[in-house]
Amino acid sequence: MKYISEFRSPEIVNTLLGEIKKILKGSWNIMEVCGGQTHSLVKNGLLNMLPANIQMIHGPGCPVCVTPVSLIDKAVHLAMEHDVILCSFGDMIRVPGSGMSLLEAKSKGGDVRILYSPLEAVKIARENPGREVVFFAVGFETTAPANALSVVHAYREGVKNYSILTSHVLVPPAMEAIMSDEDCRVDAFLAAGHVCAIMGIGEYYPLVEKYKIPIVVTGFEPVDLLEGILMTVRQLEAGTYKLENQYTRVVETEGNKNAIAVVDQIFEITNREWRGIGNIPFSGYAVKSAYSDFDANKKFDINIAEAHEDTTCLAGDVMKGKIKPDQCPNFGKKCTPTRPLGAPMVSSEGACAAYYHFNLAGSVHQ
Amino acid sequence: MLVSCPIPKLDFDTINLGHGSGGVLTSQLLDAGVFRLLGNDLLDKKHDGAIFTLQGKVAMSTDTYVVSPLFFEGGNIGDLAINGTVNDLAMCGAAARYLSLAFVLEEGLKMEQFWEILQHIKAASEAAGVQIVTGDTKVVERGKGDKIFINTTGVGEVHQKAAIGMENIKPGDKIVLSGPLARHGITIMSHRQGLQFETTISSDTRPLNKIVLTLINEFGKDIHLLRDPTRGGLATVLNEIAVGAGLGITISQRDIPVEEEVYGACEMLGLDPLYVANEGLFVAIVDASVSDQFLFQLKQWEHGAMACIVGEVTNEHVRQVLMKSNIGGRRVVNMLAGEQLPRIC
Repeated sequence: MKYISEFRSPEIVNTLLGEIKKILKGSWNIMEVCGGQTHSLVKNGLLNMLPANIQMIHGPGCPVCVTPVSLIDKAVHLAMEHDVILCSFGDMIRVPGSGMSLLEAKSKGGDVRILYSPLEAVKIARENPGREVVFFAVGFETTAPANALSVVHAYREGVKNYSILTSHVLVPPAMEAIMSDEDCRVDAFLAAGHVCAIMGIGEYYPLVEKYKIPIVVTGFEPVDLLEGILMTVRQLEAGTYKLENQYTRVVETEGNKNAIAVVDQIFEITNREWRGIGNIPFSGYAVKSAYSDFDANKKFDINIAEAHEDTTCLAGDVMKGKIKPDQCPNFGKKCTPTRPLGAPMVSSEGACAAYYHFNLAGSVHQ
Repeated sequence: MLVSCPIPKLDFDTINLGHGSGGVLTSQLLDAGVFRLLGNDLLDKKHDGAIFTLQGKVAMSTDTYVVSPLFFEGGNIGDLAINGTVNDLAMCGAAARYLSLAFVLEEGLKMEQFWEILQHIKAASEAAGVQIVTGDTKVVERGKGDKIFINTTGVGEVHQKAAIGMENIKPGDKIVLSGPLARHGITIMSHRQGLQFETTISSDTRPLNKIVLTLINEFGKDIHLLRDPTRGGLATVLNEIAVGAGLGITISQRDIPVEEEVYGACEMLGLDPLYVANEGLFVAIVDASVSDQFLFQLKQWEHGAMACIVGEVTNEHVRQVLMKSNIGGRRVVNMLAGEQLPRIC
């Protein structure tokens, strides 16, 4: 870990913390958009190192958390009723659907497989020509290129028994939904570094201008996060708002052109339902009609009743930054990782899971 | 480890249901395989059980081994089946003496593979100084098992100086870890995922009885608890200790040894090394007055170079494990809910 160690250096962390404390005058709410950033803050113990006047608000950037219940139900249905090999990233399989999770489907005989890459699913399809293989293509702009590429591979190689069940979501529309909410308490955003590595940073300029709010594209290591926070605090204290890029070692202004090209080839922008938040216009990807043979939504007759989220779960308020996970009355009581009410309690990037797992609900004795 | 005993000439090259029937095929398999390789005075009696004498306090432990793949870098299911039970007994302060060995074989298992596993069982039991004195073989239909499952149960004599128990732990005790974390779990995980790393990561499976009994002989009642952090890893064991002893535990991330390539693999796979399984590692809770000498002795052991004091027991934050992070933050290290799952991004 040669290259990464300087971004975990206690000395640099202390310097940055000192710098933040030196310039801090006001009291600010900063939202880290990505669940990976939330977990890094929590795992490294950064939240209780920051000055009390800086409140980190944990954003909606956890793909598992925002995937609608109805889609999990579809995946379960495919595994149980259509005898498909249902492949998924690991985090997804414990998330509760309205009836059961994919993990429960697996224990009841569904062929559910955990993969690291959708290209492995294409390989499984090639090796099992007699069976349909579906990849549960969830995620933000970060996983979209690999999921799109799996369709390109299957198309090129004539693998006809492969398709994807898509629930891709896009970050900028979700940020705008939060900014435009009347109750929005967020003063500045740390944008998700990896999403920008793919898409570039251009989409954020209009948001900065329209909502007059600082956005800093930020990485995931402790030094990245503190530098991102320092850059937002500098802007907030100076009363300015602009788009800045802290994560320059990874994020280029234009993004990754090859990745964008493959995404554009396979996907088109669509309205998307976000679990806990609701419908956000133009906030997701769907498979283009030219590739509908690879779209599980069209390939299979998935005729199931539309399910709705458990209304006692306040995941939406958590993801919009209105409450902290431990302010939810169900937190740690009716809702735990083994018996979750909503997805943020089970996803490894979910804010509720982070609070539960690292026990931030007030019981840490400093 | 040298495994060279040639496979005997048999009328069959795969296991079938008849091998578990108790009839002619079973005796062929046992005579040519198990008894021939593992034979000793007690096993050779071929009685329904073994009769023997033990001295003083006796410890007993059992475990079942279902690992997939059967063979991996640094070990195989046969090594695990012997070392695992030997180590569980060592954690009780006992020198393993006798083991039972039971197989559940899946119809279709290649005799070649079974033979290789048997040879590793022989080598591992010799290395650990234990005898296999009774056993069982069952065969299940194809699809009802996963090639081979092994159960071993062991008994051993508890060292006279051993005084191991949760009730002996007290605030101020030091927590010593015998080596680097997460090697076994990452080896298995990378096999399952078909991942290859630039440097080879291998399992740490090994018997711990000799080093543990040497340490008990020297430090006796100052060793308050021993645990091997297998499934669930270090975090799970420390949580069990904190709850069991009704005390708090503080550890320092900086002091916890993790080999660089293992750490890199954990990052790639989205896993926390604190929760990843180990097979040849132990945690000792020792009296602060002897902790430095204890560590010094442990470091003399051929696998002890990376041993380290990783934390201490406290009467603050009872029933909780707190970790000081590398950058100086603090967080709770909790029990894991279910299996660690790889992350999306």
